[in-house]
Amino acid sequence: MAENASALQLLLTGDPALLAIVRLSLAVSLSAVACAALLGIPLGALLALTRFPGRGAVIVTVNAMMGLPPVMVGLALYLALSRSGPLGSWGLLFTPLAMVAAQTVLVLPIIAALTRQTIEDLWLEYRDELAAMNVGVMGRIGTLVWDARFSLVTAVLAGFGRAAAEVGAVIIVGGNIDGFTRVMTTAIALETSKGSLPLAVGLGVILLAIIIIINTVAWTVRRAGERMSG
Amino acid sequence: MEAVITFSEVSVVIGSVTLLDRLNLTLGPGQPTVVIGPNGSGKTTLLRAAMGLVTPDRGSISGVAKHRAIMFQHPVMLRRSVAANLDYALKAAGVSRAGRQARLGELLALVGLADLAGRPARRLSGGERQRLALARALARDPDVLFLDEPTASLDPAATKAFEDLIRTIAARQIKVVMATHDLGEARRLAGDVVLLHRGRLVEAGAAPQFFEAPRTDDARRFLAGELLL
Repeated sequence: MAENASALQLLLTGDPALLAIVRLSLAVSLSAVACAALLGIPLGALLALTRFPGRGAVIVTVNAMMGLPPVMVGLALYLALSRSGPLGSWGLLFTPLAMVAAQTVLVLPIIAALTRQTIEDLWLEYRDELAAMNVGVMGRIGTLVWDARFSLVTAVLAGFGRAAAEVGAVIIVGGNIDGFTRVMTTAIALETSKGSLPLAVGLGVILLAIIIIINTVAWTVRRAGERMSG
Repeated sequence: MEAVITFSEVSVVIGSVTLLDRLNLTLGPGQPTVVIGPNGSGKTTLLRAAMGLVTPDRGSISGVAKHRAIMFQHPVMLRRSVAANLDYALKAAGVSRAGRQARLGELLALVGLADLAGRPARRLSGGERQRLALARALARDPDVLFLDEPTASLDPAATKAFEDLIRTIAARQIKVVMATHDLGEARRLAGDVVLLHRGRLVEAGAAPQFFEAPRTDDARRFLAGELLL
């Protein structure tokens, strides 16, 4: 990226380096949110509908993990993925895949915890009807997740917010390599440390705009869906 | 006549509250049985216990009825269309994909909702919701159908429509057991009456005899509009 250009100028002129950063940021965060949703929604629903010894402790743990410090997640993954670590042979350190893994770990508890609360509330409403219809556990999970789908959009958006704004974990496991693992948040951190504040602020504005656009689209889709299905 | 459902010494206790107290009752086939009594008398608990949704702390419930279905006082509409709600119930009842389409049309026509099949169920009026809930219950093809105060929140026109449906269902050899606190409705629909108070059976018998010549003081007072405390 040109040192003296503003982020807006770079965006308007279609600067390839900036577009690559934006593209990678979206790819990493959306992939992480998708992975976390695929795991977190069933996990949260299962936690909501099953009773087992220690369930309360599991719920408290999942809730507490919503506040996982990103640098800790980054460090743990770094140790696991580094050459001498247990997963070192996979060769994932300093790759976008490692960044996706880090963000998935950060987002998973948020989606699981919010899903658990949403499904548990809905279960109180649906319990008698589904019991009277003899619907089994897996059927209940499917039904409740489907009927709570619009509320779960909020959980997924919260996860996306966390992923898109996160810098600590991706900078450790991604390495902020120019043209390969540099994303918007790590670029902002780098430009700030170099004193390129206008560029850093511009990148921040672009990041914020992307988050607002994605939330607006999700909200619009949610409203339309609610209107159609009641 | 073989009993549809028999309660033998059934007690249900939640915490320190006795909801059903050593209840002995036999529900036979035929005309609807209407369960009446003041609030908290155990009407809903009796239906839920018979449906298997509440496990008695004591006693047993037996009978020949294999397929049982219940309609709750405040049925929950699934967040999907009227047809999809009914299709869900049919699927849960184990009806094959091929059989569901025909049965769905038949049940929607029965409850008068064929024209509203595509409407989101949560946008239905109170009376329409009750009729959809009834169709969902009928999806189980029940021998016995429990109705928990189905007309409690309906206006007279919707109540009349629902009562007509109950008569149609009863005419199809489905045993209807309905809880209500509306004595007028009990008179209009009941073949048999069961009066509960504080979880105990006060009196049970054929409706004409119960309304004309009740055997117990509590029943006489209840019919006279006195408060049973």
